Amino acid sequence: MSAADAALEPLLERFRSGAVGALARAISWTEDGHPAAGALLEAVHGDTGRAWRTGVTGPPGAGKSTLVDALAWHWSAAGRRLGLLAVDPSSPFTGGALLGDRVRMDRSTGERGIYVRSMASRGSLGGLSLATGAAADLMDAFGFEELLLETVGVGQAEIDIAAAADTTVVVLTPASGDGIQAMKAGLMEAADLFVVNKADTPGADRLVHEIEHTLDLRPAGAPRPPVLRCVARADEGVAALAEAIDARRAEDRAAGRLDERRRRRDLTRVRRVFSESLRAHLWEEDGLQDRAREALAAGERPDAAAQRLAAMVLRRFQEQA
Amino acid sequence: MTTRKIRVLVGKPGLDGHDRGAKVVAAALRDRGMEVIYTGLHLTPEQIVDAAEQEDVDVVGLSILSGSHMELLPRVHQLLRARGMDQVLVVAGGIIPDEDAAALRDDGFACIFGPGTATAEIADFIEENLPEQR
Repeated sequence: MSAADAALEPLLERFRSGAVGALARAISWTEDGHPAAGALLEAVHGDTGRAWRTGVTGPPGAGKSTLVDALAWHWSAAGRRLGLLAVDPSSPFTGGALLGDRVRMDRSTGERGIYVRSMASRGSLGGLSLATGAAADLMDAFGFEELLLETVGVGQAEIDIAAAADTTVVVLTPASGDGIQAMKAGLMEAADLFVVNKADTPGADRLVHEIEHTLDLRPAGAPRPPVLRCVARADEGVAALAEAIDARRAEDRAAGRLDERRRRRDLTRVRRVFSESLRAHLWEEDGLQDRAREALAAGERPDAAAQRLAAMVLRRFQEQA
Repeated sequence: MTTRKIRVLVGKPGLDGHDRGAKVVAAALRDRGMEVIYTGLHLTPEQIVDAAEQEDVDVVGLSILSGSHMELLPRVHQLLRARGMDQVLVVAGGIIPDEDAAALRDDGFACIFGPGTATAEIADFIEENLPEQR
């Protein structure tokens, strides 16, 4: 038995007994690609599927962390056990990260029973880390009823979070930009609920109208996302948001949409982890990066070099198959 | 593929609002490629240890300029040990007199960094004294 496998059993035992430290370590294993991480996830897989995953996304400074903190506080007061996962960006240059979401989550982080984990995006380009799905599975298996997943504050994180969550909340503020921002592809399809946060600042009414107007232009069929006003800092509108999330989940369950959504989610996750593992392997370990440098140094056009290298990899794969 | 990142909690215990130093150190460690969980001001030792446990950090770095280091810092260390987190490297910085620093080192603090310490020195120390595995 390898050292990695020998570490698995004691960790699993502590995990199953409810030790927070064991959950924290298990998440680190999945982030770091620990040799026994796969076996660990396999072992707890049967216990997943019970937690409800609410994703919260929106541009930087929209108040995502403050809203998540307020929502967590509200649910915790109602006796629900919660886990929070907050993703912040890693530097593409050094790989380092400053994870500051705990500062805005001062109520949740002070409350026993709420688990808060900060994650760096570690090179993933969307709003989540590649390990976010696995970390959420672990928190699910650990026994939390509600999971709140907060993305990096990037403009196009909506697709990632919609593929990871059961309900997606998109947070905007009057300062987020004009109505055209709200019409950009992705946002409309991804959001199950809209929150206009900082609704006590000028322009909030206009933003609500613009979102509603954009929703009017959507093709009929899918349920229309409600648009809610919040002042997360002052807890205004937070209870209504919690109710709206509950209502949406009851509706999705009743309409049988949940299974379909989770199937789609799993497929997206396979695609993401598959393509990223393949890319990392070929690019970093298989020397593709060096070939690309050589091609560029030789004056090859970037797109042409990419196509040629992709064709080369494919040919090699087909010859072996 | 195994890619371990060093995770460091940077926080300020007690009633002390001077966070410039903690932020400078946090940014320097980030630029060294570490993942820094910045927890902000006015934390109790219990909150710091809760955060360290939830975040599974390798290092806890505490900044304190209020003068109550002998009350707050040993308590953090004591709580970490009580939770079985003995492996965590605990360092501190701030205005800490030499004799207190010596006492804290005896108590298990890996290093006390006084005013004027280069940030690179702190990053080097962490890299060299990192707990073996996780």
